[in-house]
Amino acid sequence: MVDVQLTHREAGPEAMVAKVTIEGLDLWFDDAQVLKDVNCAIPEKAVTAIMGPSGCGKSTLLRAMNRMHDLTPSCRIRGKIRLDDLNIYDEGTDVYELRRRVGMVFQRPNPFPKSIFENVAYGLKIHGQRSRAALEQAVEKALRDANLWDEVKDKLHRSALDLSGGQQQRLCIARALAVEPEVLLLDEPASALDPVSTAKLEELIEKLQDDYTVVIVTHNLQQAARVSQYTAFLMLGELVEFGVTDEVFTAPADQRTENYLRGIFG
Amino acid sequence: MKFSRKFRQGFWFAMSGVSIVIVLGMLGLIIGFIVSKGADVISWEFLTDVPHKAMTEGGIWPAILGTLLLCLGAIVFALPLGLFAAIYLVEYSREGRLRRWIRIGVNSLSGVPSVVFGLFGLALFVNFLGFGACLLAGSLTLGLMVLPTIIRATEEALKSIPMSFREASLALGATRWNTTVRVVLPAAVSQILTGVILAVGRAAGETAPIMFTAAVFFTKRLPTGLFSKVMALPYHIYALMTEGTHPVEQTAMAYGTALVLLMLVLLVNGAAIFFRIRARKGKKW
Repeated sequence: MVDVQLTHREAGPEAMVAKVTIEGLDLWFDDAQVLKDVNCAIPEKAVTAIMGPSGCGKSTLLRAMNRMHDLTPSCRIRGKIRLDDLNIYDEGTDVYELRRRVGMVFQRPNPFPKSIFENVAYGLKIHGQRSRAALEQAVEKALRDANLWDEVKDKLHRSALDLSGGQQQRLCIARALAVEPEVLLLDEPASALDPVSTAKLEELIEKLQDDYTVVIVTHNLQQAARVSQYTAFLMLGELVEFGVTDEVFTAPADQRTENYLRGIFG
Repeated sequence: MKFSRKFRQGFWFAMSGVSIVIVLGMLGLIIGFIVSKGADVISWEFLTDVPHKAMTEGGIWPAILGTLLLCLGAIVFALPLGLFAAIYLVEYSREGRLRRWIRIGVNSLSGVPSVVFGLFGLALFVNFLGFGACLLAGSLTLGLMVLPTIIRATEEALKSIPMSFREASLALGATRWNTTVRVVLPAAVSQILTGVILAVGRAAGETAPIMFTAAVFFTKRLPTGLFSKVMALPYHIYALMTEGTHPVEQTAMAYGTALVLLMLVLLVNGAAIFFRIRARKGKKW
């Protein structure tokens, strides 16, 4: 399970440029503290997995990175998250531009009840792209990048809801890619998919790291091992461990990580 | 023991069945009654001509047109207002005291009797704003009356759109307004239309809100503008049955008018059913 990861061993986090830096992040929903003093630097153009038991705050951490918590009135945040040099929680930050730069794909595929073309073109349209030619070009590129083009090129104007679950999820990735983000956040993207669709999705994720910084939340250990170069292990809102994936998996520095990997909780 | 349990179940199921028969029977009876009494006077002339000879002859075209115009006016006024109010409630306001009070207000508005709307319309639109009894005043009064229904229908429609669509849109950098206009409303539009059509179908049959604000007993002239007085089907029935000097002929005309009104409302409900089916078909999420 770990063998394929060995090639990455020499590339430690320090050799990489940090794309997203999280500094002293505390997060509460009402009075319940969900994240406690999380610090980590997510490397550019690599896949970083965030894993941990259910309810450990991994999705919460992910959603903090594109300010999706803005929609939750009970959510309070302290600390900093930097995208390059921009502190995303600064008052002057343009949250719409931030979310364009930091795309997100959700647990369940959620294509709009529109055509495949309109789904992918949506982001470009809301950001002001009106030229039909430019839209067509961008849609094709995004669908190719999401390994979906060959499957849908003849039915671009059919409803996206007619696609299979796996195709829908890749469509959601294409939709996110169309606005040319720098970071892609994937929130357990394969949890609603069958094994074949999952394999295709993982193949796609591996490819994406050539151009994008990918952060994937998963509770599936094998998946984390398969797709990621770096792994963060989160437990009860604390970042227990963050390192090169195969090191985290073979020689965890923290007893809690080891217990979790061996299937012992707590 | 076992027998009695079976018997009891059978009895109550039978009672439920009987209730359905009674309900549907009443509907059939109403339709049958109106058709049998009113079908005789229905003719092309009845539908397209103006009334003659103290309304004992001729047709009801001005009343049909008046009702259609009043409904149209009510929609033009109430739809945008109701739509934006519902959007505010569902998409913008946060759960809290303000939203609760707004809800209570909207619900109270829907509980106001229609004759009170009529009096209010008379005071505000006809007298205070000086419109006089006319198409405009009647439309506004009817619109006000259907407003809560439209708000509620739109609210339900918006709420039925999964949160995940909004999240997907926002995560792409859309504003909440963008999300509402480009994702939520298009997905909800069939359901909203269904609600609006049903509301207007109800408004078409109301007498009280228009009798002080818009309707006249008798006119040969078709409405020429917003400030024209109009005839309307429900008020026409009321007038035929309570005023005039030819009770026998007028009663026949009244049933004919009632049949036309009933058909109109059933037609409108049919349209609502059509939209509802279409809404369900597109809804696979």
